[in-house]
Amino acid sequence: METEFTPLLSLLGGGLIGASAVLLMATHGRIAGISGILSRMLPPTGKDQSLPQGLIFLIGLLLAAPIWIVINGQAPLQSVSNNLPLLALAGALVGFGSVWGNGCTSGHGVCGISRLSGRSIVATLTFMSTGFIAVLLLRHVFGG
Amino acid sequence: MKNLVTLLSGLMFGFGLLLSGMANPAKVQNFLDLFGTWDPSLAFVMGGAIAVTMPGFWLVTRRSKPFFNDVFHLPTRTDFDARLITGAAIFGVGWGLGGFCPGPAMTALPLAAEGTLIFVATMLTGMAASKYVLQRRDNHV
Repeated sequence: METEFTPLLSLLGGGLIGASAVLLMATHGRIAGISGILSRMLPPTGKDQSLPQGLIFLIGLLLAAPIWIVINGQAPLQSVSNNLPLLALAGALVGFGSVWGNGCTSGHGVCGISRLSGRSIVATLTFMSTGFIAVLLLRHVFGG
Repeated sequence: MKNLVTLLSGLMFGFGLLLSGMANPAKVQNFLDLFGTWDPSLAFVMGGAIAVTMPGFWLVTRRSKPFFNDVFHLPTRTDFDARLITGAAIFGVGWGLGGFCPGPAMTALPLAAEGTLIFVATMLTGMAASKYVLQRRDNHV
């Protein structure tokens, strides 16, 4: 299904994400990489000092949608596939891949690129490429 | 104070995702659908984020230390390894197939669509599995 191109809201939302990352860096000196924050909470866990703050950040993340609903009186627009096996596979790949590759769109794409990290630039180009290919195959070859 | 600021960071991140529509997998997949219903929004989200983060990081890391910590925990590696490429490649496939990545998935979780719930469940499992394999692999070095 088509979605509306929203340049202004995209820039604003992106700016807010950036502000969040800068705030986290200023206060805790950490990259706002969601895959890292999440994976550090999962077993096998070591004695990670960042865990309590990571959990608080996550709680903030989880509160955003409920607060949005209170402010706007309705849920944000969303269109999630009901192809559950596909989404189960997608989740596993995203989970495994993000940890294996040391980051995701926030860690590599936003923070890494902002630091001019060669690793993150390469990672971002890589996941963008396979992302494009996956959608091409899914929508135009297999008609999913 | 520290906890409040951290909570605020998380809230801001989530709001940014919601405002830009990034918690809607259809919008993400449409960005990746170059030959179909292409929606360039994601590029603007990333652009907007980097436009703030790049100068922001530069400014903030001038200081000797963060406000609530003793040191900056910045990644130091500059080499390229198979793990980076393989991991990113796998991640990208999942991202394309589901239209979700960790941040948006967790932000969308309270909206409780069935697809989101299952994605998050297998995502967390995949993360733990990756950690486990890496730990075993690195212990055998």
